Amino acid sequence: MKLSQTETPPEDCCEDSNHRLHKYLRQETLPTTFCVGCGCGTVLGAFAQAVDELSLPPEEIVMVTGIGCSSWIPSPYFKADTLHTTHGRALAFATGVKVMLPRMKVIVIAGDGDIAGIGGNHLIHAARRNIDLTVFMVNNWNYGMTGGQMSPTTPQGALTTTSPYHNVEPPLKAAELVAAAGANYVSRWTTYHVFPLAEAMQYAISKKGFSFVEIIAQCPVSYGKMVNMRSGSDFLNLYRDTSIRIEQARELSEEELVDKIVVGKLVERDAEEYVTKLYQVNSEQSAHKE
Amino acid sequence: MAKLPGDPGKKLKAEDSQVIRIDEDYCKGCSICIDFCPLEVLSESDQINRKGYYVPKISREQRCIGCRFCELLCPEFAITIKNE
Ligand SMILES: Cc1ncc(C[n+]2csc(CCOP(=O)(O)OP(=O)(O)O)c2C)c(N)n1
Ligand code: SF4
Ligand code: SF4
Ligand code: SF4
Ligand SMILES: [Mg+2]
Repeated sequence: MKLSQTETPPEDCCEDSNHRLHKYLRQETLPTTFCVGCGCGTVLGAFAQAVDELSLPPEEIVMVTGIGCSSWIPSPYFKADTLHTTHGRALAFATGVKVMLPRMKVIVIAGDGDIAGIGGNHLIHAARRNIDLTVFMVNNWNYGMTGGQMSPTTPQGALTTTSPYHNVEPPLKAAELVAAAGANYVSRWTTYHVFPLAEAMQYAISKKGFSFVEIIAQCPVSYGKMVNMRSGSDFLNLYRDTSIRIEQARELSEEELVDKIVVGKLVERDAEEYVTKLYQVNSEQSAHKE
Repeated sequence: MAKLPGDPGKKLKAEDSQVIRIDEDYCKGCSICIDFCPLEVLSESDQINRKGYYVPKISREQRCIGCRFCELLCPEFAITIKNE
């Protein structure tokens, strides 16, 4: 079959689909604008799967996101109210939404650059407050959208457009940082682990307090071009071959864990949540004044 | 059979015989589904969709165990597994 370059799909393109998760998506925006083999689409699917398992009505969700390819996962694809904010500030906006609309599920999906780079300080303090937000950080090891610059999570030794000889910096362990700062739930998975990932996302959404899932996801274009991994499958193979469950990782030394992706649940606690305490102290104060 | 990364879980896994459906218009030909189906049910084809991507071919449907790994991995929601 020959296809002319100018041929555009007819209006009714894609309308007959019956994917069970399509009901959560704005179908007119599909297929996505992500590059071929990009992990962002898989994260979107795992998220829709999690919402589906929870039977959570999308009207009860507020999505908040920043800037970057990963920040396009909720908006425009996921059919819920979405605040698409400035680069790095998703958590600051999400904090405001949660305080004013405490009954809503406030869920952030954004990239490693957005959440751990420019937004890193917001991340630490949102976790410290243990505010009832759910954060899915899509870690593709670079600034994908802007052409593949090194990010704070780029593995040491990796080639990127801004570390063309190799990256000399050790990567930030974002999940460990969030766990140390006081979050109630932290886990890490990759797009290859899509079943446990969807389950973790489901758990994170329902968990009270600050919950954080670091999702290692492939960027076969901006990142892949520099490390000669040009397909999504190249990355999924890497994730399969270099990941190790946290239970096993605990038996190993730091050196043995270099180049390994530790997956699983890092932390779970039931510390008191921020907004509840905030409302409590407010009502105590107003009672006191009367 | 290649190992699956974890358990699809009861709710997800199809039970009886499965029908695989590929929505051509959504597919971007990334071949992830072909590379990661544990039973090599899908394979490459020379069929090109309207956007110019090579769409996978369902070559051994009767081997499908309905694990939905392809369905969830597909970044474009192009594959659906249905119980018959
Ligand atoms: C304040 C500000 N600084 C820089 C940029 C340029 N910029 C846009 S996206 C991006 C990085 C995105 O990286 P990440 O959050 O990891 O998302 P990815 O594209 O990798 O999914 C940068 C630096 C911007 N939009 N705003
Ligand atoms: S640049 Fe990378 S992260 Fe962005 S859409 Fe392409 S593959 Fe995905
Ligand atoms: S459901 Fe599982 S066995 Fe069936 S085609 Fe998909 S990946 Fe292969
Ligand atoms: S995973 Fe999806 S987009 Fe990629 S080749 Fe298979 S059906 Fe097409
Ligand atoms: Mg990134």
